[in-house]
Amino acid sequence: MDLTLKVWRQKNKEDKGGIETYPIKGISEHASFLEMLDVLNEQLISEGKEPVAFDHDCREGICGTCSLYINGEAHGPDRKVTTCQLHMRMFKDGETVYIEPWRSKSMPVIKDLIVDRTAFERIQQAGGFISVNTSGNTQDANALPIAKPMADKAMDAATCIGCGACVATCKNSSAMLFVAAKVSQYSYLPQGQIERKERVLNMVEQMDKEGFGNCTNTGACEVECPKGISLEFIARMNKEYLGASIVSE
Amino acid sequence: MSTLDSKIPEGPIKDKWTKHKNDINVVNPANKRLIDVIVVGTGLAGGAAAASLAEMGYAVKAFAYQDSPRRAHSIAAQGGINAAKNYQNDGDSTYRLFYDTVKGGDYRSREANVYRLAEVSGNIIDQCVAQGVPFAREYGGLLDNRSFGGVLVSRTFYAKGQTGQQLLLGAYSAMNRQIGKGKITMYNRHEMMDVVIVDGKARGIIARNMITGEIEKHSAHAVVIASGGYGNVFFLSTNAMGSNASAAWKIHKKGAFFANPCYTQIHPTCIPRSGDFQSKLTLMSESLRNDGRIWVPKNMDDVKAIRDGKKKPTDLSEEERDYYLERRYPAFGNLVPRDVASRAAKERCDAGFGVNATGEAVYLDFKSAINRYGNEKAHVLGIHNPSGAKVTELGEAVIEEKYGNLFQMYEKIVAENPYKTPMMIYPAVHYTMGGIWCDYNLMTTIPGCYAAGEANFSDHGANRLGASALMQGLADGYFVLPYTIGDYLADDIRTGTISTDSSEFNDAAKEVADRLEKLISIKGTKSVDSFHKRLGEVMWNKVGMARNAKGLTEAMDEIKQIREDFWKDVRIPGGVNELNPELEKAGRVADFLELGELFAKDALQREESCGGHFREESVEEDGLQKGEAKRNDKDFTHVAAWEYKGDPREAVMHKEELEFNDIELKQRSYK
Repeated sequence: MDLTLKVWRQKNKEDKGGIETYPIKGISEHASFLEMLDVLNEQLISEGKEPVAFDHDCREGICGTCSLYINGEAHGPDRKVTTCQLHMRMFKDGETVYIEPWRSKSMPVIKDLIVDRTAFERIQQAGGFISVNTSGNTQDANALPIAKPMADKAMDAATCIGCGACVATCKNSSAMLFVAAKVSQYSYLPQGQIERKERVLNMVEQMDKEGFGNCTNTGACEVECPKGISLEFIARMNKEYLGASIVSE
Repeated sequence: MSTLDSKIPEGPIKDKWTKHKNDINVVNPANKRLIDVIVVGTGLAGGAAAASLAEMGYAVKAFAYQDSPRRAHSIAAQGGINAAKNYQNDGDSTYRLFYDTVKGGDYRSREANVYRLAEVSGNIIDQCVAQGVPFAREYGGLLDNRSFGGVLVSRTFYAKGQTGQQLLLGAYSAMNRQIGKGKITMYNRHEMMDVVIVDGKARGIIARNMITGEIEKHSAHAVVIASGGYGNVFFLSTNAMGSNASAAWKIHKKGAFFANPCYTQIHPTCIPRSGDFQSKLTLMSESLRNDGRIWVPKNMDDVKAIRDGKKKPTDLSEEERDYYLERRYPAFGNLVPRDVASRAAKERCDAGFGVNATGEAVYLDFKSAINRYGNEKAHVLGIHNPSGAKVTELGEAVIEEKYGNLFQMYEKIVAENPYKTPMMIYPAVHYTMGGIWCDYNLMTTIPGCYAAGEANFSDHGANRLGASALMQGLADGYFVLPYTIGDYLADDIRTGTISTDSSEFNDAAKEVADRLEKLISIKGTKSVDSFHKRLGEVMWNKVGMARNAKGLTEAMDEIKQIREDFWKDVRIPGGVNELNPELEKAGRVADFLELGELFAKDALQREESCGGHFREESVEEDGLQKGEAKRNDKDFTHVAAWEYKGDPREAVMHKEELEFNDIELKQRSYK
């Protein structure tokens, strides 16, 4: 198929950036979206131009590196896939496709389609862990039975890949779904109870510090999340936060 | 030829590790603060090591080329992690896990290391549960297990089809705790460009900030390389796009021996390539072979009709199908080990029976399983004489419960419904058992430089069993390295901070900057990927699933030629002092172009077939095993560790003889 690509180009953080138009021909419907961009880059290199910089790594939907806004949707028109799992058969011959980076004040563009997601790192460092040192003497794993429904819930929350689609999609640039996933995972598990309160307080504080917006329950994040992380977890985090805020030890 | 000292402790195998831990030096907690350790790579091995070393008190600097440690390719592991817990009461034990791993590795791994791996495997599960890793559980609340290939017990722990992700996020959370405390300094989007050696010891690295292009000097008292495997030397593999061998190759060029580069695992069940644009291959879990039957058409006319779209696979009767694994290996059938299944698929496709346009695909068919499960389910539901449609409906529901996510993944990529038509699969490069040589302490032949996880060669011999990679990465990172590195660092408590303002650091930094400048100044006509693809083609055709002396000799020359062309004609747009993905790729491909030649040389030297390494000249000539891989224990029960001599083909081999005192060497038979 032949396409017209409208791609955001931005030399660096300081550059203003803008849309460039690239026609591309003969794309197989079996190619993935990123393979289509590979073809574009080969074309640009052969023309002596600079290829488009975009983030990508595992190309099987699990590392969370790829991050494109395609025709106004995070990870493009398909559901429950990352950009690397999106295939060209979702597009029509002759179509014009807009490709932009995540847009959020807290995730500035580094170059072209690559954004800086280190704010997510700092939120995790504020409390996304259970304080247990490595030791060959922790208790036997089966000494702590965990009810299957709770373990399954924790797993559902833990599948977040940290790609940032929730932030990119949210009209408020809220990171609530991302933070709620980690807070919820540990809140379901007995191992997470001891630091339960300070974890949610610290992570939310850091989230606010990074400049992410608030949640107004539109639910767009859940729709665009490639892993289908549920909005329920945001409700759970709100409950955790409220509980931690009003009850002191 | 020198002999390599593997530093295996004395004593009975079951006491070696305990005794060794008691004998080695430890660094007092106050002194640990004065000691810096660099960890390159933040997957399971690197992430676990960085977190554990920081918890112990060392000042850790960790480096990742990704924008977060959580994105290392360990994240993509699907199936599970082995541990000898014996929770299923099926007779599992440290010895049995040790035995299975050595046998699975075709008797080419180091006994003492493998025993230690089995010994600490249980601790890994305890540790991960304490961290909040949500492993699958039974209704009673206890941990669930599943079975994997090549073993007779159920010892694999898992978290849905995302075990690697959950284990990595566990290590990542432990790292985050230490980063928050300032005990780990994390360098994301940084690439290790070289190791710096001062007075014969590894004392730091040169790294490139991938955003600004700045060349940075980082010193430490010890350097840990945990940068993963080199499967991308084949261009197409199941590895991540950024997975590379550069850190390992740089230390090799500075004195670390590279062991058994030819041992590569080619996984039988991956989605076949669909065109020249293909950038990577996707694995479909080994578990599918429990219920799927592998076949190609018996008659060439049917192959042609299928390729031309005149017939569908479902049009062929049972008599017109060749279930070649069941035909060749009646005892194990579709569940032969990975290396055997891969070679059998290649054999059929080479003979012209491949079922897709490229001729490189076989069918993995679930129809029998759907019928079997459907009939069982109908019986349970009390439905007598169910219609064919009812059986299919019930059977498909059972299959969906077991493999739903994999079937969905297949459908997204291929746009065919695998419930209705057989999947097409073909083998793909997946894991590299070879790697940097290290002793029992995981130290390389450069003092103070360690190798952990897939980057080292130590535990899997010539073939890795399923669910053992995660076990080894975490064992090295959590439970081995943190002890053994202290023994070395105990001598460094009075050394003080290593200055980076020395001729060694300055020279190394200049060398790195010069090389980048050289690459970008070539201004040739062809892209980096075009050379990488050429290399991949040679590797796959001549150094792939089946190898012979003629092909390997040709491959060495062809790779050398591609390398020379690369350095004359590569085109890298953009500059050195900015974010430049083409420049990053160029540096990695330049290293693959050297490693590939050593890989072929190693394969040429090993004139036997063992595990993932199959030499066409070394097959059983008669009897029941006719045509199967033939090991040569008399001449090749050793590790081939290569010393760099300025050109990959000039590398000098050093042997580490492997001794088997606790396991008897036997031929693997699956007939």
